[in-house]
Amino acid sequence: MRITIRLFARLREIAGASELSRDLPDGSTARHAWDHLAGEFPAIAGYQASVSCAVNEEYARLTTRLHDGDDIAFLPPVSGGN
Amino acid sequence: MSPGATDGLRFRVTAEPLDVASTTALVASSECGAITCFIGVVRDHNAGRRVLWLDYEAYAPLAVKAFETIEGESADRWPSIRLAIHHRTGRVEIGEASVVIAAASPHRADAFAAARYAIERIKQIAPIWKREHFEGGETWIEGATADPLDETARRAAFERACV
Repeated sequence: MRITIRLFARLREIAGASELSRDLPDGSTARHAWDHLAGEFPAIAGYQASVSCAVNEEYARLTTRLHDGDDIAFLPPVSGGN
Repeated sequence: MSPGATDGLRFRVTAEPLDVASTTALVASSECGAITCFIGVVRDHNAGRRVLWLDYEAYAPLAVKAFETIEGESADRWPSIRLAIHHRTGRVEIGEASVVIAAASPHRADAFAAARYAIERIKQIAPIWKREHFEGGETWIEGATADPLDETARRAAFERACV
């Protein structure tokens, strides 16, 4: 299946793209997409513990199953400040 | 959609300068005796650095949904509350507003609390990032892992709102 991966902020900079299209095996989860990405861009792996994701513009878990045509966004920690 | 068609939306991410009066007008009604307005402004220093400007990046559709979620959570606690949240993207200069929150309620206590809650929650769950440009460099400011289902974070936001 083919999915679209959206990246923001530091993740976007590491990958050098805000949007990527990738083929994943059927039955893949968001975590599989993440692992695929981390394999391709090793510097991304440092965000493993702090990343969140959204599938088709809704917050999702890394355990969420993906489907052909899905749009998955990986979100680094959001803006702090006080 | 025409360029001005989104101007009346209560939850919005925009590259245009924010206008406090128009955000506030979106929540005003005859039942509300109080409107609290919070303005987040870019300041000229952070962590000992002299800040030159900030660049905000957002995942806009999800940010708008996060703002709607925040209003829903606020309404659970303060039933008559009505919020408007407008957030800037792109380069925002020192002294300019990066976020404007208007909270309207029949009585002032709820309006104050809900505005505080909203900014705390935005920092936790809105998919918005800022890149700080300071004298001598630039860096992403990364805060919390965005997780709307994290009840501990949500409780902490309520507690800060109700001190």
